[in-house]
Amino acid sequence: MDNAERALLDLRAMDELASMDSPYHRLSPLSKLVMTIVYILITTSFHKYDLTGLLFMVIFPLLGYQFAMIPVSTCFSKLRGVLPLVAAVGLLNPLFDRVPVFRIGRITVTSGMVSMITLMLKGVFCLMASFLLMATTQIDDLCRALRRIHCPRVITSLILLTFRYTSVLLDEVSDMTQAYSLRAPGQKGIHISAWGTFLGQLLLRTMDRADALYEAMMLRGFSGEFHYAAGKRSSRYSWAVTLAVCIAAVTARYINIPAFLTSLFI
Amino acid sequence: MLIFENVCFSYPGGSPVLEEVTFAVRNAEKVGLIGANGAGKSTLLKCVPGLLTASGKITVSGIEVCREKLADVRRKVGYVLQDPDNQMFMPKVIDDMIFGPVNYGLSREEAEAQADKVLEDLGISRLRDRYNHRISGGEKRMAAIATVLAMEPDVMLMDEPSSSLDPKNRRALINTIKKLDKTMLIASHDLDMILDTCSRVVLLDGGKVIADGECGDILHDRELLEAHCLELPLSLL
Repeated sequence: MDNAERALLDLRAMDELASMDSPYHRLSPLSKLVMTIVYILITTSFHKYDLTGLLFMVIFPLLGYQFAMIPVSTCFSKLRGVLPLVAAVGLLNPLFDRVPVFRIGRITVTSGMVSMITLMLKGVFCLMASFLLMATTQIDDLCRALRRIHCPRVITSLILLTFRYTSVLLDEVSDMTQAYSLRAPGQKGIHISAWGTFLGQLLLRTMDRADALYEAMMLRGFSGEFHYAAGKRSSRYSWAVTLAVCIAAVTARYINIPAFLTSLFI
Repeated sequence: MLIFENVCFSYPGGSPVLEEVTFAVRNAEKVGLIGANGAGKSTLLKCVPGLLTASGKITVSGIEVCREKLADVRRKVGYVLQDPDNQMFMPKVIDDMIFGPVNYGLSREEAEAQADKVLEDLGISRLRDRYNHRISGGEKRMAAIATVLAMEPDVMLMDEPSSSLDPKNRRALINTIKKLDKTMLIASHDLDMILDTCSRVVLLDGGKVIADGECGDILHDRELLEAHCLELPLSLL
């Protein structure tokens, strides 16, 4: 199985995850979208030295994965390519910000180290929350939810078609790579001399396929609106959960809950 | 009813693909559209729902195909594409089946009920909740037909419906087409299937209607078929 085929399977696995049934999947797409946006906004707004306060924010994605019945490891394995990039944010902070904060044994922890870890955690938490949303909501429902919060139609159509186009692209890459390797035995990958032709053909083929897909959608009444995702109405239960998560997140933003709990015992 | 009157089409800068095509498909009639590769079969089908803009006049159930009435025309026309992979773009079969009806104003529940009925009629209820990428080519073809039938079209267009099907699935498809009481225009090279399912045949070559008549008459005419790069159906050899 080549890389393109593996990526295609990964993409389809996301569709399968989103089609599962769990208490978290049953929340309305709009409430999940609002909850995720609020969570991301609050998480990113934490001060760069507020590491202990930020730690509380891990509870939302962890509970989310539990209720969605999706192992957290799925998120990390699917996002393995992106996580190092997110983790790399703030890597240089310890070099520029060397004010000592406290010591652990012989090691002096500087404010640069704290801000680096805070930034890394912020990135990882936001990715976890975004992945949770994607893994529990079908792309069409998500686009419908975006339309309901007045996201321009052109953007939602773009998101939807990009998602569909990606699978078409991967499908074609996989077919072409297989056809190439069958006629170039012993060769590893595609020879540099064939890259131009390969990419040109790939573009033409995927444009044809994408055209055909779009035509198939138009032939069945698609006009940029997501009527078929409209059946999943918001329920009181969904909004109650969203409200609870938002209140918890806002509270965590203004009250350092781990520090508060520690102060109760020490 | 589907009527073509003097339909002409050419791609920009290219030679004519369709020239003065004129014929009609009556209500509940099944017509086979045959011809060699490049004869213009798929192009003609694409002109019906306005995917290609041809000159001349095409009328679907009394509505003339024009830019202003495309939505109305597409509501009446069900188009089974040549490649079911292009037709099935949602994760599950049921999602694909309700896509059209819901876009045309049905509630999700109504659309699902309609889809369930179609699946039952076609005997493929087992596919309802299956993922599109996990079903076989034959099943995908039947599911693609089901997605179109779920829209309750007046006219069905099928582009090479039996291509890449194994004998068992091909037979199932033929039986399904025979059972359907719809106006149909079926473009295919599979002359045996056309002989089995259609009452009339239109032979295209070079974008022109060469022959239009009873299925038995045209498909038994070895000379005519061979003159246009076709041959007698295998069952008649």
